Amino acid sequence: MIDFMRYKIVYFSLSLAVILPGLFSLIRFGLRPGIDFTGGSRLEVKFISGERPKLLEIRESLPKDFGTATVQLVGEETVIVKTMTITKEQAQAIKDGLATKFGEVEEVLFETVGPIVGKELLQKTVVGVSLAAGLIMLYVMYRFNELKYGVCAILAMLHDSLILLGSFSLLGHFYGTEVDGLFVTAVLTVLSFSVHDTIVVYDRIRESRKKHPKEDFVNLVNVAVGETLGRSVNNSMTIIFMLLALLLLGGETIRWFVLALLLGTITGTYSSPFTAVPLLVVWEKWLGRQK
Amino acid sequence: MKLRQRLFFIAAITLVAVFISLPETVPIRFKSKMVSIDRRWRRPPLSLTLFGKNFYRDFSIKQGLDLQGGTHVLLVADMSQMPNEDKEEALRGIREVISRRVDLYGVSEPVIQTSVVGEEYRLIVELPGIQNVDEALNLIGTTAQLDFRELVVSSDEAEASNGAEQSEFKSVGLTGKDLKKSRVEFDPNTGKPVVALEFSNEGAVLFGEVTERNVGKPLAIFLDNQPVTIPVVNEKITGGRAVISGEFTTTAAKNLSIQLNAGALPVEVDIVEQRNVGASLGQDSVSKSLWAGLVGLTMVVAFMVLYYGWSGFLADMALLVYGVLTLALYKLIPITLTLPGLAGFILSVGMAVDSNILIFERMKEELREGKPWREAMELGFGRAWDSIKDANIATLITAIILFNPLQWNFLNTSGQIRGFALTLSLGIGVSLFTGIVVTRTLMRAFYRGGGVK
Repeated sequence: MIDFMRYKIVYFSLSLAVILPGLFSLIRFGLRPGIDFTGGSRLEVKFISGERPKLLEIRESLPKDFGTATVQLVGEETVIVKTMTITKEQAQAIKDGLATKFGEVEEVLFETVGPIVGKELLQKTVVGVSLAAGLIMLYVMYRFNELKYGVCAILAMLHDSLILLGSFSLLGHFYGTEVDGLFVTAVLTVLSFSVHDTIVVYDRIRESRKKHPKEDFVNLVNVAVGETLGRSVNNSMTIIFMLLALLLLGGETIRWFVLALLLGTITGTYSSPFTAVPLLVVWEKWLGRQK
Repeated sequence: MKLRQRLFFIAAITLVAVFISLPETVPIRFKSKMVSIDRRWRRPPLSLTLFGKNFYRDFSIKQGLDLQGGTHVLLVADMSQMPNEDKEEALRGIREVISRRVDLYGVSEPVIQTSVVGEEYRLIVELPGIQNVDEALNLIGTTAQLDFRELVVSSDEAEASNGAEQSEFKSVGLTGKDLKKSRVEFDPNTGKPVVALEFSNEGAVLFGEVTERNVGKPLAIFLDNQPVTIPVVNEKITGGRAVISGEFTTTAAKNLSIQLNAGALPVEVDIVEQRNVGASLGQDSVSKSLWAGLVGLTMVVAFMVLYYGWSGFLADMALLVYGVLTLALYKLIPITLTLPGLAGFILSVGMAVDSNILIFERMKEELREGKPWREAMELGFGRAWDSIKDANIATLITAIILFNPLQWNFLNTSGQIRGFALTLSLGIGVSLFTGIVVTRTLMRAFYRGGGVK
């Protein structure tokens, strides 16, 4: 039997080492909201004849009537122009301007989101996330009907979402990655994945506790972690295979969405044996001392 | 016997699912010295009448806007002039008019939904396959209030005493409602497109009166309070026909004619959100995602065989059944597949073997305790069920919130996110069946110990 719980401090430090930079970035820079949240327009064009011009050239060729625009080069021949909310005529003017200067362009995507709709999505996100987190918590509480299991499972869930949010805050700061409606979906899915593995380990701990009520708690926990670790990792492996394939081969549009899911799957797998369970052990020890 | 029946049942639904999952036409080629077959097999569509209800499926995958390209528009109706009790009615009116316009224009499977958020009356219009956004927006977004106006001399006394004669256009009470129909014609002299109008009986009478009293004077045709054309009346026109000859392009004339035929919007609408996806982006994403899915699937299949041997192979068989069953369900329900939906499906393939792994690991433990393989197998299936159930409930909770089945306004209503939630929850349901029922049947039939270590 491996004494997993002996290295609690290592697991906690590792978690902190990953969480803290992200948390700092979250507080300092926050997340970079996409137009889904802020409102605005996004025009994606492809240069089909001839070479794509340089970033600066494109920026200078844009009409000046709608304030500053962000220009972003994607892939070999595509450009994304982000602005405040513009009309289709203004978008047409951008395209025409690019076409006359640099040759034929093709519109790949044009999105406009009004500011009110954006604000609404923000509200919906808050409601959705709290509802999902609340229901999952209630379920975990009901399922284990012992406070410490519920609380520790939720702390592990919090751990996973902090890592995810922190990573995207850092990505947003350094690579301009934006957070959109799909990201919210990813966060919610990660929340459920996180609980998934935790439930399996906790189930095992409770089961062996019933079987051997006299046995030392830490020993039981070590056995349970050892027994479930293999299947936990294998389980996530198959999901990671699929997500990795999607991330590398699946195209631009859902890349960040898939990355978020992938990060969540990995942290979710890690956090069950190495966050949720050690927390339980700490809780047990602390209560034992109280008695 | 019972096992045989189960195997037969699984084989049967798999065959039906394969039948549905196949593309609509499959080329059959066979060549040898004796015979040469080269033909296309075509799957007939399903058409049933059950309890007086028609059920028709052609078994094609419905692609969402982001996959096949198209335009998504969110409109807000300007209800400021409407009394409160009429607002709902007006919104329904807009919906009907826009539906008619879109139908006349010829969009296949448009989505037109209304929603009321707080004080805002909204309309979501999705037009798959429409690339020309400007045209689409002009088509659905303009009010198309047509009215005829005559020139009247202002009778304002204060101005009249100044000696200056004021004149302005006043509506004659003849509007788009008095039309029977309109169509595009070409002016035989100039070759330019014009919109021909045909009035209803009452409209024709009114038009006759109006033209009679305005002979030699201009009679303006206004569209949305803008003059389109101001012809001079030569003689009284009976018979109820007129022609609008503005400076139209053929498309503009066609759109105007569609709008007039469909009727005017009761109130003005503003476009607040708009997403337009080019068809190439969608197709590119589909092929890339499918390719990624295939690569991922191969890895999962190989992993299961390498790690769990023969039972892993049986689980892979069950996974294939999962694949065709899910695809068949997508076509049967039918589900509109979006890009995140596709990602949800691919993700669910990874999760589908989840229950198998739980079961096999449990089996290993029982084997380690020295139980014979048959008992270990049955125990594995029995004991893993609790964990499988619990683990999936959390995912289902999230999926249901994301899917928002009752379409609550305070929750997400975006089609993309709902698509993801739908494929994910469907995947969980089907994978419980294939991962437990199908695998267990296959194991009972073809597994004779060994493999799982």
